[in-house]
Amino acid sequence: MNPAFRDMAAIVSEHPMFAGFTEAHRELIAGCASNVRFDAGELLFREGEPVSQFYLIRYGKVAVELVSASRGHITIQTHQEGDIVGWSWIVPPFHSYHDARALTLTRALAFDGGCLRDKANADPEFGFVLLKHFSQLIAQSLERVQLQLVDVYGEVQSA
Amino acid sequence: MPEAAAIVDPMLPLPYRVLRKRREIDEIYTLDLEPVDGEIPFRTLPGQFNMVYAYGIGEAAISLSGDCDDAKRIRHTIRRVGAVTAGLCNLVKGDCVGIRGPFGRPWPLEEARGADIVVVAGGIGLAPLRPAIYELLAKRKHYGRIVILYGSRSPDDLLFLDELRRWRGRFDLEVEATVDHTTGGWFGQVGVVTALIGRASFDPDNAVALICGPEIMMRFCARELEHKGVSPADIYVSMERNMACGVGHCGHCQFGPEFVCKDGPVFAYERVEPIMTLREV
Repeated sequence: MNPAFRDMAAIVSEHPMFAGFTEAHRELIAGCASNVRFDAGELLFREGEPVSQFYLIRYGKVAVELVSASRGHITIQTHQEGDIVGWSWIVPPFHSYHDARALTLTRALAFDGGCLRDKANADPEFGFVLLKHFSQLIAQSLERVQLQLVDVYGEVQSA
Repeated sequence: MPEAAAIVDPMLPLPYRVLRKRREIDEIYTLDLEPVDGEIPFRTLPGQFNMVYAYGIGEAAISLSGDCDDAKRIRHTIRRVGAVTAGLCNLVKGDCVGIRGPFGRPWPLEEARGADIVVVAGGIGLAPLRPAIYELLAKRKHYGRIVILYGSRSPDDLLFLDELRRWRGRFDLEVEATVDHTTGGWFGQVGVVTALIGRASFDPDNAVALICGPEIMMRFCARELEHKGVSPADIYVSMERNMACGVGHCGHCQFGPEFVCKDGPVFAYERVEPIMTLREV
């Protein structure tokens, strides 16, 4: 086995996101991975553009941002080592709804969404497990954004 | 859980003088209070509260926010949200207030000895947890890992910033802060405080969590802790209701079968979780 692939397979195996996958499925995932790096300020995703990857951050820090003409870059979330960034690759039309920008030098595993979709189409069982896990990630992300939206710290009991 | 300290007359406010007033952040002030008549006649425990009387205006339940081992003064951190708290926030050094208390059940710090401690605070919820943090640090060797997770609306809303920095500088604590929103000038984490729980290092099978903040935030944090494997019996939340008498007589703070002033404000999550989601309560 190619040592680089072995390393990626090991990283995938150890990550909690992929804990529910079989070893064969994890190898399918690792087969779509590559090492990438971003310098501080570099974009991982740009709002409105096609998304063909998601990232598992191994080092560094990434901000998910919306850009407003009046308010500039509004950071919605930050991600760091161990976090998965991006799920638009699995949801048509596969476009990003925000920017994702490296805040520091960032090293990550990039997973090719097209490669994974092809494998999922060819192996529906793998596709189902993949979708199930990413649904959890999407639900978690939605829950967190909802909490931000309700502005819980603005909740005041008069006294 | 230790019992609340005995109070001579729980309905009689004792006079205290403002020794020092500090503006923490916008509309939040900390008052250091000393008894007008000598010694503090009671021992306080982290998590308890006093009924603080702004003379001529009214009383409000305010959690202790200082070191409970300080026998000379008590400290309250107050957010201006209504007439009484505005009256308290307008006080200056030398002014007097009335204090009844301390009331309520404290954080279970004695019972938690030997366990990892996860402190989760949201907004001004850090104030009622600060006495617990002081005690945990004073008795550091009795506990496993100590994790402090703090969420706030924005960087400008972070409370006790100097202490957060000092705690972050210790090698025997994990301290993480996050803000819900920022538009720049903040190099820390952005996102809800629940996101910090998943990343924190502690043993869920041997951890006790102390949560204080807005009720929605506490519910979501408790769920995240459960998701990580912490038993609901080991998760404690500090509830806030309209406390008035402080001793469970008037019923203003009734919360299902509980009185928050007497049975709380600190509850095991497993005890209040079914009530927290009842809309009729």
